[in-house]
Amino acid sequence: MANLQEKIARLFPEASFEEADQLRVVIPDAKLHDLVKTLRDDSEMQFDYLVTIVGMDWKTSLGCIYYLMSTRSKQIISVKTSTEDRDNPMLHSIADLYRIAVFYEREVYDFYGIVFIGNPDMRRLFLSIDWVGYPLRKDYDTNPELNPVSIEAERQSDFTYQWDQTESGEVKRRERRIFAEDDFVVNIGPQHPATHGVLRFRTAIDGETIKKIDVYMGYIHRGVEKLCEDLNYMQTLHFMDRLDYFSAHNYHHGLCLCIEKAAGIEVPRRAQVIRVMMDELSRIASHCLFLGTFCMDLGATTMLFYTLRVREQILDIMERTCGARMTFNYDCIGGVMEDIAPDFVKDVKELLAVIPKNIKEYNKIFTGNVIAKNRMEGVGVLSREEAISYSVTGPSGRASGWACDVRKTHPYSIYRELDFKEVIRQEGDSMARFKCRIDEITESARILEQLVDNIPEGEYLAKVPKVLKLPVGNWFQIVEGCRGVFGVYIESDGGAKPYRMKFVTPSFTAACVVDHITRGQKIADLITIGGSMDYIVPDMDR
Amino acid sequence: MGNEQYTIDNFGSWTAALDNMLNNVMPSWCATLLECVLVGVGLLLVYAVLALFYILYERKICAWFQCRLGPNRVGPWGLFQAFADMFKMLIKEIIELKHIDKFLFALAPYLVIIASMLCFAVLPWGNGLQIVNFNIGIFFLIACSSIGVLGILLAGWSSNNKFTLVGALRSGAQMVSYELSVGLSILTMVAFAGTMDVNEIVLAQKDCWFIFSAHIPAIIAFVIYLIAGTAETNRGPFDLPEAESELTAGYHTEYSGIHFGFFYLAEYLNLFIVSGVAALMFFGGWMPFRVEGWDGFNQIMGYIPSVVWFLGKAFLISFVIIWFKWTFPRLRIDQLLKLEWKYLLPINLFNLVLMVAIVMLGWYIH
Repeated sequence: MANLQEKIARLFPEASFEEADQLRVVIPDAKLHDLVKTLRDDSEMQFDYLVTIVGMDWKTSLGCIYYLMSTRSKQIISVKTSTEDRDNPMLHSIADLYRIAVFYEREVYDFYGIVFIGNPDMRRLFLSIDWVGYPLRKDYDTNPELNPVSIEAERQSDFTYQWDQTESGEVKRRERRIFAEDDFVVNIGPQHPATHGVLRFRTAIDGETIKKIDVYMGYIHRGVEKLCEDLNYMQTLHFMDRLDYFSAHNYHHGLCLCIEKAAGIEVPRRAQVIRVMMDELSRIASHCLFLGTFCMDLGATTMLFYTLRVREQILDIMERTCGARMTFNYDCIGGVMEDIAPDFVKDVKELLAVIPKNIKEYNKIFTGNVIAKNRMEGVGVLSREEAISYSVTGPSGRASGWACDVRKTHPYSIYRELDFKEVIRQEGDSMARFKCRIDEITESARILEQLVDNIPEGEYLAKVPKVLKLPVGNWFQIVEGCRGVFGVYIESDGGAKPYRMKFVTPSFTAACVVDHITRGQKIADLITIGGSMDYIVPDMDR
Repeated sequence: MGNEQYTIDNFGSWTAALDNMLNNVMPSWCATLLECVLVGVGLLLVYAVLALFYILYERKICAWFQCRLGPNRVGPWGLFQAFADMFKMLIKEIIELKHIDKFLFALAPYLVIIASMLCFAVLPWGNGLQIVNFNIGIFFLIACSSIGVLGILLAGWSSNNKFTLVGALRSGAQMVSYELSVGLSILTMVAFAGTMDVNEIVLAQKDCWFIFSAHIPAIIAFVIYLIAGTAETNRGPFDLPEAESELTAGYHTEYSGIHFGFFYLAEYLNLFIVSGVAALMFFGGWMPFRVEGWDGFNQIMGYIPSVVWFLGKAFLISFVIIWFKWTFPRLRIDQLLKLEWKYLLPINLFNLVLMVAIVMLGWYIH
């Protein structure tokens, strides 16, 4: 890390460095693009994966924190840039370096009003087109009269904007069409059986062939990040059940780890084991549901019932321990809420006994089917480079040959001690994404096998102060959700409530990449691809 | 009829007696009119009851495949569930849409249902139980079933909705393509039977069903017919026109109430018709199963009423088609067309030549 810091200091004398849990570079906006380009392209650095862009309001200035990761050295670096201009904030875009940045920057624009010069699609992302104000700014006016609930249809626009900087430094706004003028645009969603929630694809089609897709999200945007700023740390936890509700345990785990890291809380071993077991149970349940719904998208309805059988069994186990079948709210700061149910070990063993048989059945009924093969093989191919550029993580990223499993790259909790394989395939098509998840079920079962007889005795919850205050600072933690990298960024001003909380969710990037990999494919392929990316809408909208 | 062997349930003699009686008590035009009305009412009843049966049948089979129980609350084994569904459909509001061609929109479901009802006319329900018997029965059947496409295209077009339009276009492409295969595979069997008269085709299978007597080409024709027939009825894995996960409900997205009910009924009845025609062309229509020389066995088989034979065969073939639907994923439109034009059609043409050769050379079971 020291080497890296020296090198950056040498190349960019304007850069300064800040204390954080990762190396943090502070750079003026004018040099941002050059710095990020160097970080990405320099052979010793290769920060080719943009984890997230965190929009920030420091009251005096507005800005962004870019989290970058090198897929080779697994090192994480953060870059901070800011602007003093609160009325007309502008930063330079890095959309030409990372393709996902187009969407991340749109999100920042939506919440902070920061315009990114050079971003080809500077529209709001989640909020409606006529929304007044930028809600995550600290001076945001929450007066409901400013943004009344409308009973009229939301205004739609076929145009987007791009801000360009001329040679002389002058910034100009330019209008761009989203679709060509005579495109036949079909709305797939927001109410559509295959979008798995209220997500909308504005799809330009030529006969059955897709020309372009405009992803339109925000229908279940609840402003979780904004809500968190008004709650104490304990209270923020329960939102984790409501992002990706299938990896509720994993997300809880992530946020708990981040807060525990900040507060310096040691989690008892028993709690760690229980947390990991719950994570892996969730992963199996989530992948089972994926197999079912994906096959249902392809028209094979029966598969859903076969996979739900296993999922039901897991939900029963969770119900006995957590008291709920969804929205468990089980992991809490310092451990877990309750001890495991008396039958937990027996139930898990029963589950492990039936999993291999079921996977064999799934492969027999579906994977080998000739129609299924034709529908999935070579459909929606995502190369490794594109997966990284679009930050598509989780099983979808691994199906493209990118080893992005956080359990391996940045082992947390007890994952370092466990013996399991990271499932990686090279094809990058829908079939690979499908098979990847089947194999991950097996690997998760292996983890459970190692743990089920080794749950140590002891405390399941560490002593945590009733009112938890984090010291001034910022922390970033990533964990492996069921759909990919889940990240938590916390900035604290020393109070009992977070100053800023940002969640990085895998479904968001999975939905953003859909446009790219469906071009030139058929309408039916959109369903295959959408299904195989396995996004959860509340997870992307937050 | 000239078929003394099956006098037990020869409906021909009953209907002839009724015809006689009516003609004795009233003028002949009146008798014909009354007969038409009777047949019409009978047909509608059979149509409705069969549709109800099929709804329950499919739901139960589907539940069985999916490790569920299926409908089990309304009546014993959920028997009246279908009635409840039907009643609900009848009393539902028909939603009026703006910006549509109201006349064509309302016409479409009737075209679809009329097409399937017309096909009922030539099916050999039992010994002598046939509504019209004429020498181009099979031809009539294929012609009628083609009208259905028109209804679907119209439904998709007149709804003035992009989803329905895509659904209608798909169904147009699909049905026009697969009609070829259905027609050709039936033509293969017609070449073997040497007649298009439904009744004669059945009688020709008195001793041995076509699937056995015409062996290889008949089996090929049957497999192709089953695939193409499934596609013709827009059922999974060929349910692209209404692909739920892609087009919500395809061409009938905008329909509600009984108009939707018509599409729903027609789909099930088309399933029955496809199965019925398969039973007729390959499995002897209402003819019982007979084995040369096993007189006792043949006698017992002969006691089973002909209507039961026909319906039984049709339901069994429907079972296979339903099995397809609940097992296979859906094809994509280009794969669907490829299957037809690159595989089924050439095989079919070759099969037709093969059948003609076999007939000419006399290499079939006499």
